[in-house]
Amino acid sequence: MSPIAFLLLFPLVIAILLLLIRSDRVRAPLVYVSATAIIIASVYTVCRYLNDGTTMFDFSWEPLGTLMFAVEVILCITVICLGYKYKKWAAPVLAVIQTAIGTWFELTQAGGLTADHNLYIDELSMIMVLIIGIIGSLITVYAVGYMKDFQAHDKSKDRRPWFFFVMYVFLSAMFGIVLSNNLMWMFFFWEITTFCSFFLIGYTRTDEAIHNAFLQLKLNIIGGIAFIVAIAVFVCDQHVVEMDKLLECGLSGIDVVLPVALLCLAGIVKAAQMPFQSWLLGAMVAPTPTSALLHSSTMVKAGVFLLLKLAPLLGKDIVGYAVMTVGALTFLLASMAAVSQSNAKRVLAYSTIANLGLIVACAGVGTYEAVWAGILLMIFHAITKSLMFLSVGTAEHHIGSRNIEDMDGLFERMPRLAAIMIIGIAGMFLIPFGMLISKWAALTTFVESENLVLIACLIFGSAVTSFYWTKWLGKLVGVVAHCENVEKTVHKDEWAVLDILTVLVIAVCFGFPLLSEYIVSPYLIHVFGNPPEAFLAIFGTEYVWILLAMLALLIILPIALLNKSKKPQSSIYMAGLNNGDNQSYTGSMGATVNVTLRNWYMESWFSNDRMDKIGVVMTVLVIVVTFALVLAGVTL
Amino acid sequence: MNWYSLIGVALFLLLAPAIGCLLSGIDRKITARMQRRVGPPVLQPYYDVRKLIEKDQLAVNKVVDYYVLCSFLFTIFAGCIFFAGGDLLIVVFTSTLADVFLVLAAYSCNSPYAQVGAQREIYQLMAYEPMLLLTMIGFYLAKGSYQMWDILTGSGVALWPMLGLFFGFLFILTIKFRKSPFDLSTSEHAHQDIVKGLTTEFSGKTLAVFEVSHWFETVLLLGVVFLFFANGTLWSYILGLIFAFLSFFLEIIIDNSFARMKWQVVLKSSWAVAAVLGLINIALLLWVL
Repeated sequence: MSPIAFLLLFPLVIAILLLLIRSDRVRAPLVYVSATAIIIASVYTVCRYLNDGTTMFDFSWEPLGTLMFAVEVILCITVICLGYKYKKWAAPVLAVIQTAIGTWFELTQAGGLTADHNLYIDELSMIMVLIIGIIGSLITVYAVGYMKDFQAHDKSKDRRPWFFFVMYVFLSAMFGIVLSNNLMWMFFFWEITTFCSFFLIGYTRTDEAIHNAFLQLKLNIIGGIAFIVAIAVFVCDQHVVEMDKLLECGLSGIDVVLPVALLCLAGIVKAAQMPFQSWLLGAMVAPTPTSALLHSSTMVKAGVFLLLKLAPLLGKDIVGYAVMTVGALTFLLASMAAVSQSNAKRVLAYSTIANLGLIVACAGVGTYEAVWAGILLMIFHAITKSLMFLSVGTAEHHIGSRNIEDMDGLFERMPRLAAIMIIGIAGMFLIPFGMLISKWAALTTFVESENLVLIACLIFGSAVTSFYWTKWLGKLVGVVAHCENVEKTVHKDEWAVLDILTVLVIAVCFGFPLLSEYIVSPYLIHVFGNPPEAFLAIFGTEYVWILLAMLALLIILPIALLNKSKKPQSSIYMAGLNNGDNQSYTGSMGATVNVTLRNWYMESWFSNDRMDKIGVVMTVLVIVVTFALVLAGVTL
Repeated sequence: MNWYSLIGVALFLLLAPAIGCLLSGIDRKITARMQRRVGPPVLQPYYDVRKLIEKDQLAVNKVVDYYVLCSFLFTIFAGCIFFAGGDLLIVVFTSTLADVFLVLAAYSCNSPYAQVGAQREIYQLMAYEPMLLLTMIGFYLAKGSYQMWDILTGSGVALWPMLGLFFGFLFILTIKFRKSPFDLSTSEHAHQDIVKGLTTEFSGKTLAVFEVSHWFETVLLLGVVFLFFANGTLWSYILGLIFAFLSFFLEIIIDNSFARMKWQVVLKSSWAVAAVLGLINIALLLWVL
């Protein structure tokens, strides 16, 4: 059996098994084994096809189209029923519109339309396969231990079989998105991921969860409608339905601006860019593995994948400018909104939105260097962000809060977890870690492309980024006396996943030159031709050595020096007589004053409501103007 | 790596502490004279550091020394990359890393004054970083390279096309030197509202390391000022040195003529400077010059 078929079908089979199994004792080993199998299969797939460049697969089976159509209709009916049950009407109405367009298309236009190649694999999909296969599977392993605790806290009916079922269907659908060449297939898998997130977000069935699940569904179906209309327009014009043909048409100068614009809109929705960012923030109500999955390896990555895929058609045209502006504004404003957040998961969510914005902006610029930066950002972000979410999840279960203010002295209470979190945060914004290197690459590309808006958004946005990460980091490193170690009860599988991801964060920094050389560059050369001289000059080998030296230094220094100080300890300075515990002092009139330290959120400047509002207004304007221009046939 | 890179690094490592120390001494002397005091000898900063090293060593916890040392090492690392003729953006990112370590040192003490100082330090980082990055982009646009060596030896004086960026850079230099009116994070003189802010809990050798790393940083920053004037000729280098010193002198004057401003002013003013002087200058470089 071809490894591609295995990637698509195996998670599906496991999903059905997990739905049927109710016992913890069987579920855990099944998840461990199948996650390992998916990881091995992903790596094998990449090794198998790496030297071949782009490989196309025929893979046609007549009834499959009908089957997909049937599943879509069933899902639409499900949404209507659920909408009726919970009195939410927007999502069902949109779902009906989307299905109606789909049906019309299926019945009148799709007849006689066959794709030469339904599936394919190229280097970009290989990177996605690795991200989904490795990170996604690891998250499901983490979920085994986490959901056990979650269930113990939650005490509602045990619906974990359903949870794991949806997670594995999600993985399968994600593989589908990145491996489908037939746009109809891609659309089908696209919709499946939307519904999977719907069920995962609504998992706890609290009012808030249901509200946010429907919000997600509503916004993503708007993206879905854009997608199906894009396919319909493209098929009506060109009578082909494949991604590679779409790219070919665009590159050879045939007018595919409208379908490309619509697909970009679909990508922007899925990647939670402004003005659609609210669904990803709402998704925070779900159990942590869901957030980790949505933020790192699935869902939002599908959005940026589509945009990076379309990048050769973007660049200096209306759609390209629109995509880069939306991305850059989202980066700036979401970074600012993150400053005012004290809820760790919301900080992570805004940071995800921001970083995806940067990837989207890179895709919009659509040059060799920009897409290089975008792909690397995507890889580094997937690993680092999953690590951050999972460690926040573990912290939440053991200190009873996901608020950064409650992470005081985590360094003493959960030393191992704090160390992991510190590496994760450092990985998000400091040199020599991957995110910064790709941001640096993005900055030089924006300068090359002479786009002042992008430069401004990036430099102000990254200044703000340093601010909110460093203040979180500060909370973690604080040494508070007399703390109890509370991390002894963390599940072994949680540790295993956290450790693997931590090693990965560091390993990809060491390995990124290889990654760039063997996977990213071949793809880019294949799509854009040879890299420009300036790019090679900046990211030549010399700097790689400097970065690796810094990385080595950062690993060696703490091992050699941390906690080795033998100096006598003194107490800290306070505005009175320190009572000796560093927690309180005797002030004037002999009063005992307790000391509490709080971080700085600057809500009057960076409140998230304000940033969201500004962002929504500006990006809606950009999108509306773009579509008006595209429909009017204006070109640059 | 070329021979000149090695010489640059060697000179930086040997001379920067001496120059930084002297500048700090001159600063105190001039400041004293402006206040009609005699002031300490020019070598006073050196005596201070030597005394700090000889003092009984105390620390508030086991990790603070480590963070300060990391900050010190990466400050030097940033300087080495600069004086080896390396990439200016890496220099900025590395000095950010050094600054973050310093902030972590203060946070790790879990002390009220240190933490206020630490928060203000990252706030200042947020304030000056855009202008700093714009300056480096400006060098690239004006002289065609991010490499310090290319800018140093390339023809054409960067100052004229980068005039706006130059003044913007001088503006944030006050923040970088932690001088009044922007001495929010450490407060230059003790016995103010935040005691010594960031450095409240540093003592003995740790404080000495902090002082010395400030000397290195001063030389690095004045090196950037120097770069504005360099065009590969000896005269331009001499002029660069003079102006580097003059800009330092200017900072001393500013330091002595302003009281500390409210914290809000720092971000608003430096972002305004970055947006107006910085971005407009970059726009001119991109599209006109």
